[in-house]
Amino acid sequence: MQATSALTLYRSTIGKKVIMAVTGLIGIGFLFFHMYGNLKIFLGQEYFNAYAEGLRELGAPIFIHGHLLFLMRVVLLAAVILHVWAAWSLWLKAHRARPQSYEMKRVVQANYASRTIRWGGLVVFFFILFHLAQLTWGVTNLPGGFDRTDPYSNVVAAFQSPLVVAFYLIALFALAFHLYHGTWSFIQTLGLLHKRWDRLVRLFALLMAIVIPGGLALVPISIIAGFI
Amino acid sequence: MTTQESSDSKFEVKLGSTKLDSRVPDGPLAEKWDKARFANKLVNPANKRKFDVIVVGSGLAGASAAATMAELGYNVHCFFYQDSPRRAHSVAAQGGINAAKDYQNDGDSIFRLFYDTIKGGDYRSREANTYRLAQVSNNIIDQCVAQGVPFAREYGGTLANRSFGGAQVSRTFYARGQTGQQLLLGAYQALSRQVQAGKVKLYPRSEMLDLVLIDGRARGIVVRNMISGQLQGYAADAVVLATGGYGNVFYLSTNAKGCNVTASWRAYKRGAFFANPCYTQIHPTCIPPAGEHQSKLTLMSESLRNDGRIWVPRKPGDDRPAKDIPESERWYYLEEKYPAFGNLVPRDIASRAAKNVVDAGHGIGPLHNGVYLDFEEAIGRLGKKVITERYGNLFEMYKNITGENPYEVPMRIYPASHYTMGGLWVDYNLMSTIPGLFVIGEANFSDHGANRLGASALMQGLADGYFVISYSMGNYLGGTKLEKVTPTDPAFTEVKREVQARVDKLLSIQGDRTPTEFHRELGKIMWDYVSMARNEAGLKKAITKIAALREEFWEDVKVPGSGDDFNQSLELAGRVADFLELGQLMALDALDRNESCGAHYREEYQTEDGEAKRDDEHYAYVAAWEYAGDDSQPLLNKEPLVFENVKLTQRSYK
Amino acid sequence: MKLKLRVWRQPSAATEGKLVDYEIEGVSQDSSFLEMMDVLNEKLIHEGEDPVAFDHDCREGICGMCSMVINGIAHGPKAAVTTCELYMREFNDGDTIVVEPWRAAAFPPIKDLVVNRTALDHIIQAGGYVSVRTGSAPDANNIPIPKDDAEISMDAAACIGCGACVAACPNSSAMLFTAAKVSHLAMLPQGKVERYDRAVLMVNQMDAEGFGGCTNIGECEAVCPKEISLDFIGRLNRELIAGTFKAAGNR
Repeated sequence: MQATSALTLYRSTIGKKVIMAVTGLIGIGFLFFHMYGNLKIFLGQEYFNAYAEGLRELGAPIFIHGHLLFLMRVVLLAAVILHVWAAWSLWLKAHRARPQSYEMKRVVQANYASRTIRWGGLVVFFFILFHLAQLTWGVTNLPGGFDRTDPYSNVVAAFQSPLVVAFYLIALFALAFHLYHGTWSFIQTLGLLHKRWDRLVRLFALLMAIVIPGGLALVPISIIAGFI
Repeated sequence: MTTQESSDSKFEVKLGSTKLDSRVPDGPLAEKWDKARFANKLVNPANKRKFDVIVVGSGLAGASAAATMAELGYNVHCFFYQDSPRRAHSVAAQGGINAAKDYQNDGDSIFRLFYDTIKGGDYRSREANTYRLAQVSNNIIDQCVAQGVPFAREYGGTLANRSFGGAQVSRTFYARGQTGQQLLLGAYQALSRQVQAGKVKLYPRSEMLDLVLIDGRARGIVVRNMISGQLQGYAADAVVLATGGYGNVFYLSTNAKGCNVTASWRAYKRGAFFANPCYTQIHPTCIPPAGEHQSKLTLMSESLRNDGRIWVPRKPGDDRPAKDIPESERWYYLEEKYPAFGNLVPRDIASRAAKNVVDAGHGIGPLHNGVYLDFEEAIGRLGKKVITERYGNLFEMYKNITGENPYEVPMRIYPASHYTMGGLWVDYNLMSTIPGLFVIGEANFSDHGANRLGASALMQGLADGYFVISYSMGNYLGGTKLEKVTPTDPAFTEVKREVQARVDKLLSIQGDRTPTEFHRELGKIMWDYVSMARNEAGLKKAITKIAALREEFWEDVKVPGSGDDFNQSLELAGRVADFLELGQLMALDALDRNESCGAHYREEYQTEDGEAKRDDEHYAYVAAWEYAGDDSQPLLNKEPLVFENVKLTQRSYK
Repeated sequence: MKLKLRVWRQPSAATEGKLVDYEIEGVSQDSSFLEMMDVLNEKLIHEGEDPVAFDHDCREGICGMCSMVINGIAHGPKAAVTTCELYMREFNDGDTIVVEPWRAAAFPPIKDLVVNRTALDHIIQAGGYVSVRTGSAPDANNIPIPKDDAEISMDAAACIGCGACVAACPNSSAMLFTAAKVSHLAMLPQGKVERYDRAVLMVNQMDAEGFGGCTNIGECEAVCPKEISLDFIGRLNRELIAGTFKAAGNR
């Protein structure tokens, strides 16, 4: 018999799901604060840029300038890698588990979000790469150039293009579905769900799916609409 | 079969010369089992692993026997026709399992359970076996609870009981309406544990097609792999048959479609005696057939009779809808005939009464083949809510099957073949007349006599499997010098050749009628003449008709495909061929038993009130039939039944 | 009724399968789906064709043998029934009905609509039992069990092992099946002794059989003829996580 311990969790399908749940939870936490932070853009250039710079001061005076942020980025990166790895290996297993597909298949009760969780995840993943390239690494051509010290201008410049905004909105739409199933799912996977609370948990998932992408969407919409 | 002479010879009963030894230990009834256990020879623990035991069947009896013997150390090989042991038809038992726990403090005891069982069987079972059954009934409940069978509980956490099948004490343990399923899963889990331990090897989708004897002892079986079609011999030191009953001889029955007599019948033809084949139980509350397409019948729990009222229109052929028939024109025939028990008379009486009124033209429904079970009065008295609580799931099931809502129109019910008390003859140790061949569960004849009480089938299957066969096996293997044999022995080759020839023959006929058509026709003959009410003329007619049908079968059956792959038509054809032979024996047995007892009701032998009239002077015996060749009449051997502990009385439910 | 059937025909595991069209007339509304298939098969035999192989046995919804995906839904369009409990009145005259087998790598095909489901037995064999030998049980009433616990246990124990959950799952996962057995036993004091070993061993076996992982979609629950709840999957997750942290399953 194979030995098991906490370190072998990753081997089983449920273990992989647990990894997805925990890393997903980290992601949800990040997204919530990211959304909250982004909304500061409505308070003006100075305030927003100060907030961005302030992020580097996180953990002071215990942490040296930028260190905690770096640590958080490492954790976040690890979470993304693990999340994607677990999803990939589960997808592979599911793919192998049905070599011959049905000629006709109907869905009975599954919602759209649950069935598209992997596709949604894929869209979000590519979106993140684009998003980082555009606003963190500054490798895309922003009108007016990329200024590392002025994130406010970078953002405003980025969202002048309807194409970029459209892409953001599509990605956030995918994120909403991903979050709706993901939030409910992590609670179920961690074994925290009980039938009695199911409606409540669904409501919570819905809230997450509306508030986070909604909050994030406010920024590009407001910019292209000219409010900012 | 066309001339009068040859027909007559089919009714003749010749006596065999075997003196059947039941091997019941001496001494007081209550000490017999202890005595037997002490007298039994034992196998040294280290030697048990040197023995191979074949178990055919994986229902309650087979799975529990296989698991228990494996726990002891024997190498067990378990064969079954389904794809998993968990699907054996024990799974379908609804009501419950009896035990003499007396948890209710209502006067139950081992002796009372024994007494009720032997009386319910109309004094046609062996005292010692029935007493042992009652004795180990308590261990069964303990065992099942320890395995995690989720029996119904009281709020205090103790086990709940109900009264079942007219018993006057509450001794039935149950798990919703799925007691059989839960008990089977318990046995299946115990079996699975032994598979993991390497002590049991499972052979799914394997059908036993013959028994192999060497030096007069059962030493193996020939099995058809139902996927590859390959015939394979398996050798062992002993063979246990746990292959269930033969109710499917009626074509329409509550049995699973795959239930068959083939394993038992092959053993019979190799020398095991077949006992009391005419004892078949007809369950009164099943849903009547809806047409020619009907493939099986669904049983509705007997508990429905607690609140439902059974009636038919007084006027034969009255086709008005039930609600248009005024109270005065409704015939509550059970309440009229049996004022004391009313709708709650025992199964055999309720079934027969339904047949009588339907035969007299009072049948209801589109095919005039049922009687009403009406809840209108109960709904009025108790309210719809209470009825839903009690029978909600049954009403749903009925509605799903018939498309009618029993809250609004009365249910239609009719009796159906349900259980067979007869089976291969076994001694006290459950060994057949072939040394080394043991028969357990419904497949043997032993404990229920001429009629089985509700919630007793599960008890018997598990008693045999968990608590009896392991002792018998030790005694047999410990006391017998057995040479090792392998499937390459010429005896296996020969039997395999015979089986192959039979398969080839079935495939070569290529006639015009399908196996199902023959089965349906056989079922109709059996139902018309050899079911709830029998008489001499009818039984003779049945024997003649079955003989003719049998002949026609071997000339006109059409089995498609080949024997070398998965072929369900071939499987069925083989089973129907055996049913055809069994049907004849059942009718002969019923013809020979010139009395009425339990489920065997001969119209010639009834009391003035129309009840079953036993003839204890001439028929207090087990009829054990001995095969004497395909062209000869079987021989009747009698095992006299001696009753030292109960007084024989006439049943009365007035 | 007159129906057009499109039935998956596959002579053996080694050969390719395809949908084959059949017309069938005179089907009674009161016949079950399997009885309709019987009628088709009788017709095929008379016409000298090979009848459609399909698994069935008790025909009253409890043995778990019958297994057809009907018009894309495991056990057909009616909720909480097995194929044998599905009646033709659920269909309309002139309907086209597509009939396919359970499809999963862990359920290799045998013939036509018949597949091999022994993988489910292997999961039980890995640990789906209480290790108690015959004869060593204490009196049945020695361990009181709260009625509610016994009821929940029974809800889970009602599983008939048909495999519809696997057939319906987009991942071909056997989680609901495994969860039902783990929950049935974990709810009872008798089963608690081995609960963590059981969860770990059964999940390892489930994975080894080639079933996919669960993504909490819920199609299993929707097609389950015994209405086994997704709740039990949550319970299995709990048992497995705890079992892993306790380093259980080292037998």
